[in-house]
Amino acid sequence: MATPISLKATGRSKRRLAMNKAAEGGAILAALVAVGVLVLLVGSVFQKALPALNWDLFVKGQAVFGETGGGIAPAFVGTIMLVLIATAMAVPIGVLVALYVSEFASKQIASQTRLWLDVLNGFPSIVIGIFVFELLVQTKLPILGIGHHQSAWAGGFALAILMVPLIARTAMEVLALVPASLREASYALGVSKWRTVLSVVLPSALGGIVTGTTLAVARAAGETAPLLFTCSIFGQVVNTDPSNSVASVPVVIFEYSESPDKNLNAQAWAAAFVLITFVLLTTLLARLVLDRSRRKLGAAA
Amino acid sequence: MEASAPPEILPRTRRPLDRVGEKVFYGLTAFAALLTLAIIAAIIWKVIDGAWPAIHTFGISFVWNQTWNPVTEMFGARVFIIGTLVTSFGALLLATPISIAIGLFLSELAPSAIKGPIGALIQMLAAVPSVVIGLWGIFVLGPFMLQHVEPPLHDYLGWIPIFGGTPQQAGVLPAIAVLTIMIIPITSSICRELFTSVPRDVKEASIGLGATRWEMIRGVVFPYVKAGIVAAITLGLGRALGEAIAVTQVIGNSLRDFPVSLFGQGNTLASQLAGSYQSAPTNIELESLVYLGLILLVITFITNLTAQRIVHRFEKQHAGAR
Repeated sequence: MATPISLKATGRSKRRLAMNKAAEGGAILAALVAVGVLVLLVGSVFQKALPALNWDLFVKGQAVFGETGGGIAPAFVGTIMLVLIATAMAVPIGVLVALYVSEFASKQIASQTRLWLDVLNGFPSIVIGIFVFELLVQTKLPILGIGHHQSAWAGGFALAILMVPLIARTAMEVLALVPASLREASYALGVSKWRTVLSVVLPSALGGIVTGTTLAVARAAGETAPLLFTCSIFGQVVNTDPSNSVASVPVVIFEYSESPDKNLNAQAWAAAFVLITFVLLTTLLARLVLDRSRRKLGAAA
Repeated sequence: MEASAPPEILPRTRRPLDRVGEKVFYGLTAFAALLTLAIIAAIIWKVIDGAWPAIHTFGISFVWNQTWNPVTEMFGARVFIIGTLVTSFGALLLATPISIAIGLFLSELAPSAIKGPIGALIQMLAAVPSVVIGLWGIFVLGPFMLQHVEPPLHDYLGWIPIFGGTPQQAGVLPAIAVLTIMIIPITSSICRELFTSVPRDVKEASIGLGATRWEMIRGVVFPYVKAGIVAAITLGLGRALGEAIAVTQVIGNSLRDFPVSLFGQGNTLASQLAGSYQSAPTNIELESLVYLGLILLVITFITNLTAQRIVHRFEKQHAGAR
């Protein structure tokens, strides 16, 4: 009669299993911590924003000193302007760079371009602000009348520099997924290369390019650092002239967060609520669409 | 990239429009690619140009000079460089194990139903604007750490000089915490991709030999992606070094010597820049600020280039393996 074999781990095996359990527990804990931080962050923004969230926030300027109420309408208008200017500059450049890499460049040049786009993406945004400050604000020769002082043009330009690598990188990725058979079909019909790109390649990659742009817009809308030196000295009324400095949501949050005035602190939270809602929703939406268009192109290949 | 070239037959049927269009199209795209390179060159040139008077006045000793005194117009970057390095490496120290753990959770442990949502939530954290994280740092994280984190650290570990000072709301430790939160999404998502790239057969082989999951990770997964993890951490470092807004909101922007205690107030290159945008500095102070920007640019440039190199090598190495 053999004694029944125990399936209980003992000695060394027990230690090994315990170590395994500990490692797994650690991994789960880490993920929980990260998600927990996000929940806490968004939760406190929601909670602290409620008192100052009202219609006035969107339609009024800053209250006269000593009075409560008021809003940050100029900042909303300003941010929309800045992002529009930046998008108008960055989208054509970003898409063209991506087309150059996917249609014309040799492998070597393509990987070099990718490398330098990543380097540009890695530049601290505050340094980009300083660059635009030196180029357009502090300059001795006024370029197109926008030199010598801060302006929405300058701020938008700084944001555009941030957006180009983001747009170009996503566009490249999607363009590389466009199946060669589509191009070949077009060539077989006698269509020239540039027409093929414009009427076959670009339309099938359009979804990815649009979402890449959306992600870049979400990033640009929340950037403060590039604006500090280029577009941060503004009045308290709505300004729509891009050759002057405009208020913007991130800069206003930055200033109000350091203000001793409780009313302004509350408005900073409300502005943060609006900003975070916009950024998170657009990011989420863009990622979903990007995943779908990746799958679609991937499946077709 | 693999697009086959259009067949070069029937040249007679090519309309002139096509020939011009081809050239214009090529010209436009090549111009855009050159323009991005030109912008990179212009950024470097303009920052050096703007800092030139300060470089001329203070020379290279600016880098290790201690004082930052607008009254006597003596400027030096030491306190900011130390601050940048301490906060960034402190944040890396915290973020690296957490990021690797998250990467492991998402690639090895999580059931596929929650993999997607949790991954997406951590990505969301990356999208939160830094000014909002800073706002949260001032009003929620700072007070919380002052009441619940710093006193116990001080009580139990106060004999270590870095936990020696008096806890206060703004300081180096909250800055490290804020940076950690900002790095984790970047490094953890790269780690996740790295871990998923490990071929299934080597993992299964190790499990088949009787290794536990942790032994499989240590023995097979980590060695396979070692270089990639280094690159991920370096990319995170690049982000931490350059972060201006959130840090300036919580670190206290002190101009005195960088504190030994993590509870003390400090300053970094980027936070000093962000903090002084509204002061109307004299010429030489402004130029010295740009000099700080130049130092920051050089540090991040080297960091990012190193990271890209490692990524490049890693991709080449493993291109054949899959």
